[in-house]
Amino acid sequence: MASIENISASTPARSTRPNWLVRDLVGLAVILVVAAIGYFLFPNNLALLTRILGVALLVLSIDLVTGFCGIATLGHAALFGAGAYASGIAAVHFGITDPLLMVVVGAVGGAVAGVVSGAVILRGHGLAQLVLSIAVVHLFHEAANKASAYTGGSDGLSGITPDPVFGIFAFDLWGRTAYGFAVALVVITFIVLRLITRSPFGMLCRGIKEDPIRIRAMGASVQGTLLKMYVISGAVAGTGGALNAISTQVVGLDSLSFTLSAEALVMLVLGGTGSLYGALIGTVSFMWFEDFVSAANPFHWLTIVGALLIAVVLFAPRGLYGTGLSFVERFRGNAK
Amino acid sequence: MSAVFQVENLNKAFGGLAVTQNISITMNPGDRVALIGPNGAGKTTFVNLVTGHLEPDSGKVVLAGNDVTALGPVPRVRQGLVRSFQVTRLFPDMTPEEHLALAVMQRTGRTGAIFGHYQAKADVMAEVAELLRTLGLDHIATRKVAEIAYGQQRLLEIALALALKPKVLLLDEPAAGVPQSDTPRIEVALAGLPADLAVLMIEHDMDLVFRFAKRVIVLAAGAVIFDGSPGDVTRDARVREAYLGSYANDRSAA
Repeated sequence: MASIENISASTPARSTRPNWLVRDLVGLAVILVVAAIGYFLFPNNLALLTRILGVALLVLSIDLVTGFCGIATLGHAALFGAGAYASGIAAVHFGITDPLLMVVVGAVGGAVAGVVSGAVILRGHGLAQLVLSIAVVHLFHEAANKASAYTGGSDGLSGITPDPVFGIFAFDLWGRTAYGFAVALVVITFIVLRLITRSPFGMLCRGIKEDPIRIRAMGASVQGTLLKMYVISGAVAGTGGALNAISTQVVGLDSLSFTLSAEALVMLVLGGTGSLYGALIGTVSFMWFEDFVSAANPFHWLTIVGALLIAVVLFAPRGLYGTGLSFVERFRGNAK
Repeated sequence: MSAVFQVENLNKAFGGLAVTQNISITMNPGDRVALIGPNGAGKTTFVNLVTGHLEPDSGKVVLAGNDVTALGPVPRVRQGLVRSFQVTRLFPDMTPEEHLALAVMQRTGRTGAIFGHYQAKADVMAEVAELLRTLGLDHIATRKVAEIAYGQQRLLEIALALALKPKVLLLDEPAAGVPQSDTPRIEVALAGLPADLAVLMIEHDMDLVFRFAKRVIVLAAGAVIFDGSPGDVTRDARVREAYLGSYANDRSAA
């Protein structure tokens, strides 16, 4: 261990780079293994697993703005819902039923919603920012409700019938194709986001989160950078929304709700912010636990979920991933 | 030699209180100027006016021949007016290497890239290594800033400013908060600043001022009361009265 440290001190460029590459490859392998375990362990519950993956994209998108940029938001479902409605409307009203095209439309829809909501939310800071984000999701919700000719209003947008993926894999009743499609989307998105967060732009975002005044003193635009991240985040959330529309073949107003926004933020805090891994762990833990507890005790499940959240926030404030990581680091420190 | 930095008749008042009165300063490349003055003399307001954080009531700020008075802080930095902070403003979770790489990439217009890694950019890494070596920070290049000593953070603050290749550098009390034992390292760093860089240092530590500056400007009640050589400043009656007091008497006695 000591020799490795010596090397890293003398030639940082060569030693640290493969370090994160190896770590990310291991992380990717873990994601694929967990996805495979889910497939074989819960073959009758693939719809829930697919739903979890759709929400995981939303939680990842919140991590981009909250975990990496320090923006407070309780309205991120606006971007998720915008993606879901964009791809749903494209399928129902414009005949775009190729699932990959629907995902692209969803991502673009989410990105456009990101520009709009980012332009509003980024004008505030702290509490004002939080309130603006809540206002935005309510406005999006109301707009979708009123535009019922396109969105189906409170009845939801139904009749979405996606074509087979690549013209080969039809969306089956058991949700196998949908699950495979979802895993592929999450894995690709995750890889892209790992690259983005390590890029010069990602470093700039981390810098803004830690000290925006220093970033300005370096001659960088804080607002422009944050808006750009908001647009990327919107594309990711929109991808999640599109996935939801494709897999459930219906889009409801709940996909644009404050409740979903707040729950997704809770999942992020549960898993841990600013690592992307925490977003995935938080989503899977929260939604699996919620499903498990609500089946086991339909009367008191919300109480149990609440108690779990209090326990995590009080005893593991860095989230499940952050706490796990510090345990590993401490273990390694003791082992040296 | 043409002036790289000119402040012309700068005025600013908060309500009825004039905090900056007709300040005019001209600096050439390579100048080493110290700006001193008692508390409340208007030094911070002056820095804020010059860096674009405050708008003057009247007057001009000219940088390398361009009038930047109407510009905000960010474009002024891009044109070469860079400042350091009195209390370090660094990113606790990042390493010195990351700080400097970010600054170099920002200067060269590459922080918008959403793919790629700074360690893969040979020119960035070479420049970062050079800066780390110059400031004696290479042995802690990959440690998190939160874990390094305050004196080293002050040096990183200077390195960060240099990474932006400024034409004019405003150093706001570069040795503030640094333990006495580390002050010589800051002074070595200051002595090693690029020869063509115009440096304006705001400082309370008179020993540092007299060792560093070739010219001293004294502010009192928002106005320049002295602009001349360090040798003359202690002999100036108005300065003695307004600011230096016993220190001036001690120095002239010695």
